[in-house]
Amino acid sequence: MDLSLTDEQKLIVDQVRRFVREEIVPLEDGLDPDADSLPPEDHERLAGRVAEMGLYGLDIPPEFGGPDVDIVTRTLLAIEMSQHRAGLYAPCYNVFGGAGLAQMFEANDDQKQRFLYPMLRGEKKTFFGLTEPSGGSDPARAIQTRAVRDGEEWVIDGAKMFISGADRADFGLVFARTDPGKGRAGVTCFIVETDTPGFHVRRIVHTLRAARYATELQFEDMRVPHANVLGQVNGGFAIANDRVSRQRIPYAATCIGVAVKAQELAIEYAGLRETFGDKLAHRQGIQWMVVENEIDIRQALWITLAAADKARRGEPFRTDSALAKIVATEASGRVVDRAMQIHGGYGVTKDLPFERWYREMRIRRIGEGPNEVQRHIVARDLFGSPLR
Amino acid sequence: MAVRLDKPWRRLDAAAVAALSSQLGVYQLSDDGATVRAIVRVDARSLFGLRGELARELAERGAGLFFRLEVNHQPRTRWLELMMVHRADHGGLPAWNPPEDGEGLGRLSPA
Repeated sequence: MDLSLTDEQKLIVDQVRRFVREEIVPLEDGLDPDADSLPPEDHERLAGRVAEMGLYGLDIPPEFGGPDVDIVTRTLLAIEMSQHRAGLYAPCYNVFGGAGLAQMFEANDDQKQRFLYPMLRGEKKTFFGLTEPSGGSDPARAIQTRAVRDGEEWVIDGAKMFISGADRADFGLVFARTDPGKGRAGVTCFIVETDTPGFHVRRIVHTLRAARYATELQFEDMRVPHANVLGQVNGGFAIANDRVSRQRIPYAATCIGVAVKAQELAIEYAGLRETFGDKLAHRQGIQWMVVENEIDIRQALWITLAAADKARRGEPFRTDSALAKIVATEASGRVVDRAMQIHGGYGVTKDLPFERWYREMRIRRIGEGPNEVQRHIVARDLFGSPLR
Repeated sequence: MAVRLDKPWRRLDAAAVAALSSQLGVYQLSDDGATVRAIVRVDARSLFGLRGELARELAERGAGLFFRLEVNHQPRTRWLELMMVHRADHGGLPAWNPPEDGEGLGRLSPA
């Protein structure tokens, strides 16, 4: 197994590393501690720089105009792009663009014209509506939102919880039960425009993540045309599941990036700060914390890259990506915690990024499928048994 | 937590300001004790939190105003929510909020 980076990977990684350190980090001095966006003029300027680098829209497939960067390299870049205060949930403040709802690549030609291409051009914003007040880890059973066909329309009633971006979106994907007797085989994915009568964003759901909020949605007699069914009727579960599996690798990678930055800051500070006549870096208690950090980072790094490499080779990677999600989220949480401890009182202030990382990193053990569910996935695959 | 900030209005004067804490949060201002004229967030960039910012309001706008506040460690998202709720209820931003406060604001339709 060759663990070395190719010359091309080294070049791109170095390019992005310099971009983060020279363009993104200095801007954060003038931003709110919990900012998740740049002033429009800065965003436009930096997105232009990214386009010049040939890296805009990294996860857009090349046939749709993306830069054709493989998933291992994208994972390496995700680790670089998150190495700043807002990096966990707003890597580089999104100046690298993105595919948005990856499921839309499966849309039919009409849907591509109406939704996919405007989304890729940045003209339409989106949301992903899966989780409900009744739960999100087990969508096959938890989905209570109902869709009933009425001629060429579907009438949707129900609610969604923890949905990011719905209040500013133009359209989104809503998963609803279309056959109550069929479990996961009775869920359909609908493309829903947010100006549809009966679509309501009822409130913001405030969480530890102060930068980017979630919302609660309600659908009341919301009529959606049959032409807006994404994929097949009763085929929505596979669409949802595919998205969640794919997301785990970049989700793990951004955690690692934050951990790498936290470790870098901890080492730097330990080399400067003196207590009782000597530097922190000379104290064994501190040295061991830094070493534990390094163990956590390297374990998370290699397990995540291994998952990405399997995905690149086209091999099944569900177990690998679940393991990466577990290890990266838990290890990175420990790294941030130790780095905060090394910084003492300053570590818990908003003067430094640790308190934001600490709050946001905690969510990572729950988001994109709680780690207990990931362990369930791994166990199921190890024992070769289906979910009950 | 209620979507709307519907605590009773209090007079904005030196005694009221002195009694405030320096915590993070959001506050609303009114000139008649009924109409919301401004919704303001107080984040970690403020020197003395709610107390400091409301002291500044008193110094700059003078006596005769009313305020109500919510101590909240997530002032940014709570401010966004209050702004969206106000726009949903009244069709626009509070009169004293600058137009740029509405840029990028989402849409809520609270019950």
